[in-house]
Amino acid sequence: MKQFSVKIEVKLKPVVLDPQGKAVLNALSGLGFSGVSDARVGKVVELTMEGESAEEVSRKADEMCRKLLSNPVIEDSSVEVAEK
Amino acid sequence: MPSFGVLFFPGSNCDHDCYHAIKKILGRPCELIWHEETSLEGIDCIVIPGGFSYGDYLRAGAISQFSPVVSPLRELAASGVPVIGICNGFQILVESGLLPGAFIHNSSLKFVCRWTNVRVEDTDTPFTCLLRKGEVLKLPVANAQGNFVLPPDGDDTRERRIVLRYCGEGGELSAEANPSGAEDNIAGIANSRGNVLGMMPHPERSFESLLGSEDGRKMFESVISWIESRNANGKAI
Repeated sequence: MKQFSVKIEVKLKPVVLDPQGKAVLNALSGLGFSGVSDARVGKVVELTMEGESAEEVSRKADEMCRKLLSNPVIEDSSVEVAEK
Repeated sequence: MPSFGVLFFPGSNCDHDCYHAIKKILGRPCELIWHEETSLEGIDCIVIPGGFSYGDYLRAGAISQFSPVVSPLRELAASGVPVIGICNGFQILVESGLLPGAFIHNSSLKFVCRWTNVRVEDTDTPFTCLLRKGEVLKLPVANAQGNFVLPPDGDDTRERRIVLRYCGEGGELSAEANPSGAEDNIAGIANSRGNVLGMMPHPERSFESLLGSEDGRKMFESVISWIESRNANGKAI
């Protein structure tokens, strides 16, 4: 068994309004940072997983995204796998 | 006599409000059911109360959908038993796929705690059968993620039935009347069969005029009447 670092990014779909991103955008312009035209807030889940191969681990992580880590109605997810 | 079951999860906080409303005010049999229970036999109506189950971690309602009690809940819902999810209970029903859609943060980014008016759009559900279409109910909301989003068109085949919409006192729809910025002013939806209802406002907090409104009581009187007439006729919807 090998050890893998798995990084899962969950973001709201581009068509879904992001109230948190909007608040961050407003705060940034309030602080005087100019030239920022959009902000979107997502989350990152980092897992340490065991498996035979990166493909196997990636498949499992995709399933985790579908079942729990993301809500496919409003969110997109992406998985990055690296052997430790 | 119809028997109610109020499910509660780690972090539920409106379970006793629901229990009080059903047991003490309506005088109906009611039990509090911990989320690890694996049988819901003999219950005529399930109530999933508000709160912050599992601290709203990941997404509101996301982790509760895997509680043991959700398996028998799915079976009851599929067999036509009335199920109502209030606030966090609505979020749990959506996350578990028993209702379509999803929730995001309120458009104001604030926790919203205030009275709202909602218009009854569909009276063909167990919880609205004694109400009139277009009737306006005064009910309170208290949430941070009440911003309901429908699945994108074409992305989902599940039918949607809008049961309650936020409105003004006279029933008019407006952005000001919509406390969380929910799509189409949606305050409550049902599954295609109509027996599973999710709503953000709290009917259990509006049972007594002393507390500002008795309108929520009408929804529970509806479901009692619905169950009694179903039992008398010996058939489901």
